[in-house]
Amino acid sequence: MSNKIVLTKGLDIPVSGEAELRITKTVAPDMVAVCPADFKGFIPRLLVKEGDSVLCGSPVLADKKRPEILAASPVSGTVKEVVRGEKRKLLAVVIASDGRNEALDLGVKSPEGMDPEQIKACILESGLWPFVIQRPYGIIANPADKPKAIFISAFDTAPLAASPEFTLGDRMADIQAGINALARLTDGGVHIGLNAANCSGTPFHRLDNVNIHVFEGRHPAGNVGVQISHVCPVTKGTVIWTVSLPGLAAIGARFNKGRYDVARKVAVAGPAVMEPAYVLTYPGAPMSTLASFFGNEDDLRIVSGNILSGTNAGKDGYLGFYDNSVTVLREGTEEELFGWLNPIRSKVYSQDRTAFSWLFSGRKYDMDTNLHGGPRAFVMSDGYYGKVLPMDIFPLYLIKACLAGDIDKMEKFGIYEVIPEDLALCEYIDPSKNNIQEIIADGIRLMLKEME
Amino acid sequence: MKKFWIATKDAFATFLHVPGTVTLKGAHVRDGVDLKRIMIIVVIALVPAALFGMWNVGYQHQLATGGGTAANILPNWWWGFLKVLPLYIVAYAVGLFIEFFSSGLRGEEVNEGYLVTGFLIPLIVPVTTPLWMLALAVAFAVIFGKEVFGGTGMNIWNPALLTRAFLFFSYPSAMSGSQVWVAKRASESFADGFTGATPLALDGAAQYSNTVWSQFLGTIPGSVGETSVIAILLGACLLLWTGVASWKVMCGSVLGALLVGWLGDIAGISAVPCWNQLIIGGFAFGTVFMATDPVTSAQTETGKWIYGFIIGALCITVRLFNPGYAEGMMLAILFGNTAAPLIDHCVVTSRINRRAKKLNPAK
Repeated sequence: MSNKIVLTKGLDIPVSGEAELRITKTVAPDMVAVCPADFKGFIPRLLVKEGDSVLCGSPVLADKKRPEILAASPVSGTVKEVVRGEKRKLLAVVIASDGRNEALDLGVKSPEGMDPEQIKACILESGLWPFVIQRPYGIIANPADKPKAIFISAFDTAPLAASPEFTLGDRMADIQAGINALARLTDGGVHIGLNAANCSGTPFHRLDNVNIHVFEGRHPAGNVGVQISHVCPVTKGTVIWTVSLPGLAAIGARFNKGRYDVARKVAVAGPAVMEPAYVLTYPGAPMSTLASFFGNEDDLRIVSGNILSGTNAGKDGYLGFYDNSVTVLREGTEEELFGWLNPIRSKVYSQDRTAFSWLFSGRKYDMDTNLHGGPRAFVMSDGYYGKVLPMDIFPLYLIKACLAGDIDKMEKFGIYEVIPEDLALCEYIDPSKNNIQEIIADGIRLMLKEME
Repeated sequence: MKKFWIATKDAFATFLHVPGTVTLKGAHVRDGVDLKRIMIIVVIALVPAALFGMWNVGYQHQLATGGGTAANILPNWWWGFLKVLPLYIVAYAVGLFIEFFSSGLRGEEVNEGYLVTGFLIPLIVPVTTPLWMLALAVAFAVIFGKEVFGGTGMNIWNPALLTRAFLFFSYPSAMSGSQVWVAKRASESFADGFTGATPLALDGAAQYSNTVWSQFLGTIPGSVGETSVIAILLGACLLLWTGVASWKVMCGSVLGALLVGWLGDIAGISAVPCWNQLIIGGFAFGTVFMATDPVTSAQTETGKWIYGFIIGALCITVRLFNPGYAEGMMLAILFGNTAAPLIDHCVVTSRINRRAKKLNPAK
């Protein structure tokens, strides 16, 4: 029941520092943070105050508009600090861990006998609902909706991404339970995307109760948005839900074990990491707990997530709620003499044929954060960006519609189908160095505002 | 004035080195390519045509004044170089000044697009163009063709062609006819029997050794850079191999020209066979370097075929049917530029509608 979809467009960025498939460290952080900024479409209301004691799974934040959506503490301990920024904006709830990891007992449940409302209530009260993301817009799903289908991508093609087989291969029972639960929330079934390179070898192809789709191609073939656009494109009025694999395992664990368990293996990778490998840790763990990987060097950028669409957490930041990789790069503040003219630049990669990187295929580059140029107006045509976007949309038209804030055109050119990460490669290859992901995010914000 | 100074300083600094700025938003790493690199490829692709054009200016001068041979490669080139150099100086000085000034006004970095435009302009005008006319035309094209729209990337028409169009309509006597294509000193006079006309004006009739081979090689009168198909093809190879220019536009243009030329052949109204149209006049130069400008050409991949086809077909149509204009390439491309958004609109709309129908068959 699988069908193979070949995507010819895309690009695998050859960045060095891939994580070795072993756990070098189990990080038991003495504090973790729950950051509302991780959750898209979530207006936080604080449920705890400083000094309160919490367990794993105790609700910490609720959404102001849909109070049934909760965010929970990943560890047990006491609320140490509520960090606020300008205009008292809530930035983080810092929880000091007591190291015991006592969990709120949510009760072991079997999704088979439950009706959809009970399943939703189970996920909502456990604080795991933020793992359920809706398309369009890539925001936390509305529990009142009934999605057309639910999509899961079982592989990640982003540069230096964590291997799902390694990080979650030992949690197949939880993943299966998660699928069984989610399958009852939709009539369209749960769809899972596998990589053609290992579709028969991966444990994920043995999952039941799912529709399997096999994708062959370079990044962004592993993006769930790309997979949806080839199987069940999002149009106006339809809602599709997506869940990441770590989220699925956490939802499954809630049913199988009756507890909130978001501990996960995280790949620590990138050119500035000394021995790239995996750690076992929690979302919200401070980046300082990973300091042994990148030492005390100045001028480092610590990214929670991948190099294309992760967030710049900084040394004092925290691992994002959805991220299972941390990428460390050097800041590229060096000037490159005659970089635009020099025919062969041994240290700089370019996918463009005007550079000669294609002569050294297979080579990995120690990439840094240099912009490699200055910001310009868009000059290259739509097809230049289209070659890294395997979706049936015109990327430049969509970007320009977002820039113009023209709702009708954004709708027409496919704003419902994309989230910023889908156009991250367009941003990467753009010779005009525009911040395309930000443009798309602004477009989505405008849509949300107008559609209210 | 301070803004202008900052923009200028910044332009020269980034000319020397890729700046040490880092990504602040979005993707944390970026590709090594930037617009400077893409633009410089176009300039490099133009170098063979420019070098040959300079030599040809000297060679045509020798032929016209009745002395010398093609064998005097360096002296011919040097003579032509001295004739073409002032055109370059004027084109760059006027254009870059306006470009720097308006970038300063907008508070943006100076766009390298004018490096290409300024390199193109001397190659598409007759070598005898008076410098003050050129300066005026460049100023017009850069200000009203580009800066008022918001600079490189926002313009509708190719600024280099707009320069030529301005000259063509404002000073027709300096831009066409038989006297403008060959440079000479004031004291010199043309040899007996000299006409100085391009093959187009003569409908392909013989002028010196005006064979197919000389048309292909480029040893004929014409605008500075447009005569040698060999030099243009060298540039085309580089542009296509690096992917800077669209092969779809080039193929579309050649197909369009061949089709209309062939129809002309059948109807018996063309003086030269359709394939010969491709190697005379500005067709080759326009197809390779002007029509493929990514800003003013069609944006969509399907649109590029249509856009190229329209340019090729229109160029030959003008050559065949319009007695007033010997050459149609300039206006064909400017028309193509004008039509490009419409072509794209049709391509995009039809694909979106087709997709919508596929997704909602009921409606």
